Amino acid sequence: MSEQFEPNIVAFLCNWCSYAGADLAGTSRIQYPANIKIIRVMCSGRVNPLYVVNALQQGADGVLVSGCHPGDCHYMEGNFYARRRLKLLKELLEFTGVDPRRFNMSWVSASEGHKWKEVVEKAVEDARAAGPFDQFRRRQIGW
Amino acid sequence: MTEKPKLGVYICHCGINIAATVDVEEVTEYAQSLPNVVVARNYSYMCSDPGQLLIKNDIKEHGLNRVVVASCSPRMHEPTFRKALQEVGLNPYYLEMANIREQGSWVHEDREAATAKAKTLVAAAVAKVRLLEPLTSREVDAEPAALVIGAGIAGIQAALDIADAGFKVYLVEKSPSVGGRMAQLDKTFPTLDCSACILTPKMVDAANHPNIELLAYSEVEEVGGFVGNFDVKVRKKARYVDVSKCTGCGDCAKECRLANRFPNEFDEGLGKRSAIYLPFPQAVPAKYTIDPEKCLFLTRGRCGKSPKCVDACRAEAIDFEQKDEIVTFKVGAIVVATGFDVFDPAKKPEYGYTDYPNVITGLEMERLVSASGPTGGDIVVHNGEEEITPKEIAFIQCVGSRDQSVGNEYCSRVCCMYTAKQAHLIKDKIPDATVKVYYMDVRAFGKGFEEFYDRVRREGIRYVRGNPSEIFKRGNKLVVKVEDTLTATPLEDEFDLVVLAVGLEPRSDDRKIIDLLRLSQSPDRFFLEAHPKLRPVDTASDGVFLAGCCQGPKDIPDTVAQAKGAAASALIPLARGKVAIDAQVAEVIEDTCRGCGFCVSICPYTAIELVTINRMGHSVEVARVNEALCKGCGSCSAGCLSNSIQPRSFRDRQILPQIAALGGIR
Repeated sequence: MSEQFEPNIVAFLCNWCSYAGADLAGTSRIQYPANIKIIRVMCSGRVNPLYVVNALQQGADGVLVSGCHPGDCHYMEGNFYARRRLKLLKELLEFTGVDPRRFNMSWVSASEGHKWKEVVEKAVEDARAAGPFDQFRRRQIGW
Repeated sequence: MTEKPKLGVYICHCGINIAATVDVEEVTEYAQSLPNVVVARNYSYMCSDPGQLLIKNDIKEHGLNRVVVASCSPRMHEPTFRKALQEVGLNPYYLEMANIREQGSWVHEDREAATAKAKTLVAAAVAKVRLLEPLTSREVDAEPAALVIGAGIAGIQAALDIADAGFKVYLVEKSPSVGGRMAQLDKTFPTLDCSACILTPKMVDAANHPNIELLAYSEVEEVGGFVGNFDVKVRKKARYVDVSKCTGCGDCAKECRLANRFPNEFDEGLGKRSAIYLPFPQAVPAKYTIDPEKCLFLTRGRCGKSPKCVDACRAEAIDFEQKDEIVTFKVGAIVVATGFDVFDPAKKPEYGYTDYPNVITGLEMERLVSASGPTGGDIVVHNGEEEITPKEIAFIQCVGSRDQSVGNEYCSRVCCMYTAKQAHLIKDKIPDATVKVYYMDVRAFGKGFEEFYDRVRREGIRYVRGNPSEIFKRGNKLVVKVEDTLTATPLEDEFDLVVLAVGLEPRSDDRKIIDLLRLSQSPDRFFLEAHPKLRPVDTASDGVFLAGCCQGPKDIPDTVAQAKGAAASALIPLARGKVAIDAQVAEVIEDTCRGCGFCVSICPYTAIELVTINRMGHSVEVARVNEALCKGCGSCSAGCLSNSIQPRSFRDRQILPQIAALGGIR
């Protein structure tokens, strides 16, 4: 049996709901794949769609953005902006030939540790199915 | 910022919480190899005093100007380490944390994978911290007043404490009277204090306190602003009674054409009230209210020749022209004390609550035994055929609590004890009654609870361990079908009265408060506190505090204790007179801003405006951020067409290196 592909996934989580939900998953010792690496932003509305593209360029095989449930945004409407922008981006990615399974959006509240695990598992499965990503891959850039 | 970054990286073992799954030595070694890292260390508890000292000494000794701490969530200890930096003169915002516990060691079992991930997270933090900027948080004046929402025992206590400290309090209550659920109770466990005797003086105090403005029969409509400076809009609903004239004599209610026609909410529907009513005799304010949905004149436009209440009122207080009134004011802090709903046993149809009049809830029992209740304290029920004084009485515990089938996994914490108390009161009033309690577990955890439970068992109350499956009627008796699980005996016991010890639920109208104040809910749907152990009265919204059962089921002493805690917390900004404004707000790069105003339309806080500036001799419009209003969400930034508006500490140039580090192409 060949070793299965372990995708690298970058996630952008809002501080108030999803990051707290991921913390709760930790406090509750809910196990999930280590493929996911989280960047904390204050609001999902902060996620510039270009970050998603950038992550794919920089070596991610999949990207996940997660915020508060629509209507529950800590900043009132940031996740609505995120939803619109990222929905567009997903279509754009598909248009440019990127497997849409590489990009996931989800809404996870501060109390949904279990949902976070499911979201991560889906993102990992999706990216694994899509395989390693190198369409956008840049040559080395220093940071 | 010309200074070359000199980093210290600190990896915490957190006892074995991190060290058992993450190879901290390996991570430390790796950190040492990262660019600009001067020193990398690990220690058993980084947040402890010696741990912090380690960081402080290194800052002094090695001249560090950036610090990365890889430990728990920044939501946990970011303030701790910021403070440590500040204490040795380093800007507190020169800190970045890598969350290798909640999002590392605790969620991954595989040591190799967890260690590799921890390394990547440390690399990302190192990448970001080098580009962080020094920030100073500013302070603005805090309004020396507080808003308390809900005037049950929690709200009253919080309001009294804040008012006693010398600050103005706006106490908003939705229903016509203050008092809340506690006012409905007869005696309180385990001391058997009369509930009214200990509550009503506080109700009166709250209404008469020179610092408290009581807004009864009112609802909060809008809350804007931020901690220290909330703008509040309250709707005072029309009572159709001039409260300055009403003497509370009650003649109107007696004369009302619909006198005693409607179930009285305060008596849980067991008593009747008129269309104009006082919820209960000790109501505060003792002013009558016309129910706009029931009153003939208000619903049909006429009430005989002239409304009877108008004729009866000698004070001429009835005013059908009255309109809702909008009150606005500013406060520095908000206490939410909106309380709970009792579980509706209709959701458990097997108990026949809607079918049999002698199946009642615990709160109905409370009104039945109360001397001020609809029966004057006589326990009488209708068994479908006649009014009887019940002789055989059953209590069923955990109705709507600890029950996944109705979606309530939690224990309501009060039912065991109120059942014991009610059983005692029944024995007191009907000495020859037999009382049986069907229970899953008896939870008598509070001060004096176990002693009280022992006492009622000595008084002859029988406890049967079993969760009844069904209640049905046989003759004029109710049959409780249950298995005694201690003897494995199926039973069909007959009773005259069954009391369902219903649990506590979040209020059905909680959604409104959640939307107003941006609160979150925990899995049990009660309001979520900022930290379950260390910040139990705070919320994720600064300046908003929780008191009482809106945060979770509680008995009266716990509610009062939490209310006092919430009041003390709310007093902090009021007493200081200042609140710190988060420095992590958005900033406009005026040189590249094209003044399109897109960010202005995005900002949910109207914190951005267009101003005209002189750019090399030309007048041009650019965006400008009002730092007092900005909350740093960054939505504007993701929408900016020229990347000219950037939230501090979350700038593109701070996040992109993080992405690069996580992506792994180096």
